[in-house]
Amino acid sequence: MIASPPGTEWRRLHPLTPLVRFGRLILAVALITVPYLGSTRSPRGRFELLYPVVIWAGLIGLGSVSAIVSWAVTRWRIDGGDLRIETGFIRKQSIRIPLARIQAVDIVAPLIARVLGLAEVRVVSAGRGGEHGRLAYLTAQEAPQVRARLLALAHGLAAETPEPPAVPLLHVDNGRLVAGLSMRAQVLVPLTVMLVAIIGAAVAPGPGVAALGSVLTIVFAAAVALVRAFNEDFDFSISEAGDGLRLDRGLLQRRHETIPFGRIQAVRLVQPVLWRVFGWWRLEVDVARQHGPRDGSDQGGAHLARTLVPVAPRAQALWVLARVFPDAGVAPPAGAEPPTRALAKAPLSYHYLAAWYGNRYVYARTGRVQQAIVVVPLGKIQSLRLREGPVQRRLRLATLDIDTAGRRWEASARCRDVADAERMLWELTERARIARRTSVTHAAVPATAPA
Amino acid sequence: MDRASLRSLSPRFWIARQVVIAAVIVPLLAAAVVVALLAPALYTSLLIVAAVALGGLIWLVERGRYRAWGYAEREDDLIVHRGLLFRRTSVVPYGRMQFIDVTAGPVDRIFGLASVQLHTAAAATDARIPGLLRRDAEQLRDRLASVGEARATGL
Repeated sequence: MIASPPGTEWRRLHPLTPLVRFGRLILAVALITVPYLGSTRSPRGRFELLYPVVIWAGLIGLGSVSAIVSWAVTRWRIDGGDLRIETGFIRKQSIRIPLARIQAVDIVAPLIARVLGLAEVRVVSAGRGGEHGRLAYLTAQEAPQVRARLLALAHGLAAETPEPPAVPLLHVDNGRLVAGLSMRAQVLVPLTVMLVAIIGAAVAPGPGVAALGSVLTIVFAAAVALVRAFNEDFDFSISEAGDGLRLDRGLLQRRHETIPFGRIQAVRLVQPVLWRVFGWWRLEVDVARQHGPRDGSDQGGAHLARTLVPVAPRAQALWVLARVFPDAGVAPPAGAEPPTRALAKAPLSYHYLAAWYGNRYVYARTGRVQQAIVVVPLGKIQSLRLREGPVQRRLRLATLDIDTAGRRWEASARCRDVADAERMLWELTERARIARRTSVTHAAVPATAPA
Repeated sequence: MDRASLRSLSPRFWIARQVVIAAVIVPLLAAAVVVALLAPALYTSLLIVAAVALGGLIWLVERGRYRAWGYAEREDDLIVHRGLLFRRTSVVPYGRMQFIDVTAGPVDRIFGLASVQLHTAAAATDARIPGLLRRDAEQLRDRLASVGEARATGL
């Protein structure tokens, strides 16, 4: 067991670390070489078999040696105001992460690590091209302790302060998750294609069967995507702590992530067309990217979760939304829709087009078959752009784009009446200016369970 | 925000544009004239007309685009208006600026011009002011940088 509190002096990672790192390599090498072994059928079979085995053994040997060396030279400690990680055998690398700049501390446990009772602690820090520390791997008991310690120090509390209690907000039922995931277009379209192909094969066996073969690959890809999505969001639960939202999810690889409130740039509510029957919604967040001048690196954002609620009934989804963005209402008021003549410019998406704003948020609803509502806090608006193309001008329409620091989707009020769009531009400019001054980004009130 | 309160680009930018247009059209016209002289016919003389018409059209479009550009420094934000066919008005709050680029291409440098581009944390922000006098561009950049620093807000 640990003699001193975790991480005050130089420490190594768990001795089983090389095995986890390296387990993947064995798997990858085996996947490449095993089919090759099976397919070798030559008279000099014995010799031909030898090569792949030698290469295989060589790769494994090399991999294991490098993994062990890498483990042996890596050490870490929490020293004063920094988390320090030293690594590298030939090229020494010393990473120093100021605790004050820590944005989030995540715990990730891939399958092999879980089997061995290990977990990785990932530190996401702020700032341009900020360093991101990975402590892979610690024991599963130690990881939360290190996490709590880092968070406490990051918030300027005593190191022994326990992790702030998280109030559970929502748990997503796995049955509903499967139902929701399989009712999306990514699954339904290949399924329909396959049905058509089967009917085709029954009617015209010759070319039909050939077509069925190629269709199977599409179906396989869809199945893989479905399983992956399920694997990622299995046993999904979201809770709220003082510093942000906590997400726990995953079947094979468990993740324990934090989304800091202040970094949320926008939230999107999506409803795939079949979900309307059940009134289900999905909630996604867009977080700020690490934006350095011209380097374009966005390492920090890449770590942070995207799905806030994989699937939930409207009331629950809105309740979670209200925890992130208090007082956000997603029902469009009268006058939110663009004029009917916008139908000529945007015939397919007209049905869901709407944009409106309040004192704290601006909302933009779009979508052709699946409707999506993007909610942007006024204080997070980066810039506003009013656009007007030649066709739009003839129809006296204009589009207002609302730019945020997020990376995933944009909010835009499409094809509104010119005068209306212009009024909206100046009004939003003014309200965003006020919102920036009084920047309140999240609820300070503790959460209570939904009624 | 009416058109009149916007500041326009330097007239020198329009001179530079015209020189560039001439640099493209004059050789084209010369080639047309040479062809018309070598093979006098109706269709070869039409080439000259075509070259002149093309030059005129480009000149008109470019003049319209030049006149459409405009910017205004307001108390809290910068407004950039541009575009003839696709009109665009960008509003960038000073507090949101992350960095400012001043660039000058080879033609710009000959005429002592530079363009100023504003960047925010949003990749979509496209506030660019081309064709300012070098000195004006640098002054604008410094002014923007200082107000930006005073009003900077976190992400």
